[in-house]
Amino acid sequence: MRKQVRLTIDDRQITAPAGTLIVNAAKQIGIDIPVFCYHPKMEPVGMCRMCLVEVGRPIIDRNTGQPVLEDGQPKIQFGPKLETACTTPVSEGMVVRGMSEKAKAGQNEIVEFLLTSHPLDCPICDKGGECPLQNLTMEHGPGKSRFLYDEKFHLEKRVPLGDLIFLDRERCIQCARCIRFQDEIAGEPVIGFYNRGRATDIVTYTDPGFDSVFSGNTTDICPVGALTTSDFRFGARTWELKSTASVCGQCPVGCNIVFNTRREAKADGRIVIKRVMPRQNEQVNEIWLCDKGRFAYHYTENGARLSRPLVKKNGKLEASSWDEAAAIAGGKLRSADGEVVVLASGRLSNEDLFNLKSLADGLGGKALLYTQMGGGDLTARFGVGAGTNFGEMGAGTTILVAASDLYNEAPVWHLRVKGAAKRGATVIVANGRETKLDAFAKYVVRYAYGDEVETINGLQQKEKIGEAITSAENLVVLFGSDGLGLNGTSNLAAACAELVQGRAGKPNNGLIGVWPKANDQGAWEIGFRPTDDLSSELKGKTVYVVAADPAGDDPQLAAALKEAKFVIAQELFQTATADLADVVLPAQAYTERDGSFTSGERRAQRFYAAVPAFGESQADYAITALVADAAGVELADSAGQVFENLVVTVEAFAGLTYEILAETAEQWPVVGRGDMYYGGTTYENTRGLGAHLVGWGERGETASRPRVQEETELRPKEGQWLAVPVTKLYDQGLTVRSSKLLESHIGAATVTLHPEAAKRLGAGAGELVEISLNGTTAQVSVLLDETVSASVALLPRGMGLPISGPVVAGLKKV
Amino acid sequence: MLKELGRGLLTTFKMLLEGPVTTSYPEEKREVRPRFRGRHVLKRYDNGLEKCIGCSLCAAACPADAIFVEASENTDEERYSPGERYASTYEINMLRCIYCGFCEDACPTEAVVLGDNYELSFTDRHDAIYTKDLLLEPASEGRPTTPQTVEPGVYTRSVPQMENPKD
Ligand code: SF4
Ligand code: SF4
Ligand code: SF4
Ligand code: SF4
Ligand code: FES
Repeated sequence: MRKQVRLTIDDRQITAPAGTLIVNAAKQIGIDIPVFCYHPKMEPVGMCRMCLVEVGRPIIDRNTGQPVLEDGQPKIQFGPKLETACTTPVSEGMVVRGMSEKAKAGQNEIVEFLLTSHPLDCPICDKGGECPLQNLTMEHGPGKSRFLYDEKFHLEKRVPLGDLIFLDRERCIQCARCIRFQDEIAGEPVIGFYNRGRATDIVTYTDPGFDSVFSGNTTDICPVGALTTSDFRFGARTWELKSTASVCGQCPVGCNIVFNTRREAKADGRIVIKRVMPRQNEQVNEIWLCDKGRFAYHYTENGARLSRPLVKKNGKLEASSWDEAAAIAGGKLRSADGEVVVLASGRLSNEDLFNLKSLADGLGGKALLYTQMGGGDLTARFGVGAGTNFGEMGAGTTILVAASDLYNEAPVWHLRVKGAAKRGATVIVANGRETKLDAFAKYVVRYAYGDEVETINGLQQKEKIGEAITSAENLVVLFGSDGLGLNGTSNLAAACAELVQGRAGKPNNGLIGVWPKANDQGAWEIGFRPTDDLSSELKGKTVYVVAADPAGDDPQLAAALKEAKFVIAQELFQTATADLADVVLPAQAYTERDGSFTSGERRAQRFYAAVPAFGESQADYAITALVADAAGVELADSAGQVFENLVVTVEAFAGLTYEILAETAEQWPVVGRGDMYYGGTTYENTRGLGAHLVGWGERGETASRPRVQEETELRPKEGQWLAVPVTKLYDQGLTVRSSKLLESHIGAATVTLHPEAAKRLGAGAGELVEISLNGTTAQVSVLLDETVSASVALLPRGMGLPISGPVVAGLKKV
Repeated sequence: MLKELGRGLLTTFKMLLEGPVTTSYPEEKREVRPRFRGRHVLKRYDNGLEKCIGCSLCAAACPADAIFVEASENTDEERYSPGERYASTYEINMLRCIYCGFCEDACPTEAVVLGDNYELSFTDRHDAIYTKDLLLEPASEGRPTTPQTVEPGVYTRSVPQMENPKD
């Protein structure tokens, strides 16, 4: 522990660890020293001078080394000038006065100065109502200015930095929080200052502008309304918004969020989501979000969503009632005589998946997980222990990222792993190509696609890397599906599990799956399993497909579904699978109902209904209960009840309750209260931090050694290519493509090749080539990447090409 | 006793000479007082642009929760008001309104003004909700209404520099 020092702030005695900045020491006892440029997540820079305080230190007698006493008290000498509380560390016997006449006058003048060129257009400013400058002006401002109104600078008010973030040059107070966030926290220095003095301007260095998936965070921490998102610009005044706690459903990080909602005339008087804001959870996302989580929610409000149950009559889907649809679906499931397949994806909540699993069990059918990534049985066993927190990892911790492009697969983990690296953690990245995390890794291991397992098995034999792994105090292994399909990831998971075996159950130790869906981990825990031959599983069966679109993803699966006996599709949209279905059941988006997700770190987290249901849609667990009732299986139909059943049935959830998931605790830094200037507009967490599932170790079971399956090696012949799937953050998936503002980020399908290989093919960057794989041919444009090996073609998932794993493909120029 | 009667009648005769204090409303209407608070009007600038910038401060000030504002972004091709923001929806529920005038006080552009009109009656609750087209005054003679196509870069200020109201 660091040495504790005693000091006095505004007449209150406190002790704080040596080195603590005055502003933080004050904050800890509830004293708010005004700041603009300081942010508790970033290094202090002392640029704005808002935090001026009077600082006095005891006079030390040079001869004795003891403080000089006066009336029995140490004599304090105050400096001739005010000091910045955000850059001055506390010291023994220090006396800080933030409220004295002198300090007040200093703060007063800084506000007056900052306002000399501020437009004061609060009435139309999106930050109005939660603006640090507004609040601090009211609290510390002089009320009158000695500067002339006519001398104000009038600058451009609508400068798009990128297509998601707009800058108002007049409003910027040059605190550099946005720039420092991009440099220090996101590790992507894509914006910076240009010019000097009053002409200082924020510019972007990239093309396209502000090219970072964390850009939205800058709008939260900007202490004025200089940065706004294109999503929320002029959308509503902040005080008119209602807020509902939720969890991001886009990836396995499980960032805590708040949905801000409002009734809107433009939406025919419906209550709609106006913006997504981060909710503090220092163990999950701190106070950050990625732009996908912030801007992709529009799919929940797409008018094309299914609003009524449909039943196929005379070969055509026709609107029907819930009673009729459920009776038909349930009847078919009951009469299928156990020949039932429930196919669901990790987009669903724990409650939905549990009801579906119970239904499959009740009917003697199979519960299959629709995914192309395996290894969840191993993460359930060797997953990270309770209390794991990337934010606490530093020296002594080794983090191995295997076959995962975290930046695209789970952006906030990328940010957190990068943060751990900065604090001294050893980060090892093993991948078949360069990823953004490489720049922050201590060791980068490059392998040929197909050698993943061998590479991981061989890591311990390598001198330095082996040392870093075996002698690490803490070891976290993240594995993903970069370049791999179901078998490849299952094998990779087994190899990774070997590394963490002895450590399972300990905090900051264990295995993490970087899943394609938010709740894949939950699905595995509840008992859903993928199969490597889905086509033959579907043929001839009565199939209940929930939150998955196999027919849209792969023509072979579409063919298999056509041969199914009866298809029930439960979805948000009329997907290709729903087109083939005999009964279509409209599900609610997760924003419309209660439930919980299990994050990749095995943390169960609650979300709450934020907006009313679309049309006649119902929650997935409730629909399943309705269908099950008609099939003769009794299931609970309220989220709380289902969760109670889940907890007593699935051991990993033992001991959890909704109340436990809703528990909160004091977090540092303190954000989201009255003092928006300290942490930004992030919301305080008042609705639950979530809780870890029980690990195998804690359940008293011994883990068996993971088993590696045989894999057929893919050897492309001369003139052929090995096509491998990679994940793209903004894909054409159901939960992304509805967001108009992400359109340019989604783009069209691409193939990434080595420049030399592309030259051989005669195709340059951006040109079209024809790719044929898995019986499909499509035209895609070429991207170049020097780190990809010669005969490998990277294909993004979810961009319309049927690629579920590595496959031999043909390429030719068009 | 006669004396008292005479005094009473004197008042009657005096009043006969003064003329009536009542008017034959609705044929005849009285001037309202300068500070009378009647039905709201949304004002325009002389050039026809709307004064309202959709800031919702009137709605925030309203003690009766009678006002609903929804904003959108102006462009120079389709400009409603100066600056970046205008009210794309503006509604006042006249049944909720208590004619306190707080909205007028709160408005940073003097856009919403409680006018002279006190003749409000409805046969349906929905008719009590005055929408923007009912509230907005017509553009003055010879001036274009909104939206207007304007020269780029001219109307960049939402809140004009103006004097404090005097009366
Ligand atoms: S845009 Fe905002 S965060 Fe960035 S320097 Fe200006 S005021 Fe600070
Ligand atoms: S990192 Fe994942 S969970 Fe977090 S906001 Fe982005 S998509 Fe959502
Ligand atoms: S006059 Fe008063 S009650 Fe009526 S709309 Fe204005 S603020 Fe509301
Ligand atoms: S009337 Fe005035 S206060 Fe109300 S929204 Fe318009 S500009 Fe703002
Ligand atoms: S100088 Fe201390 S907060 Fe900016």
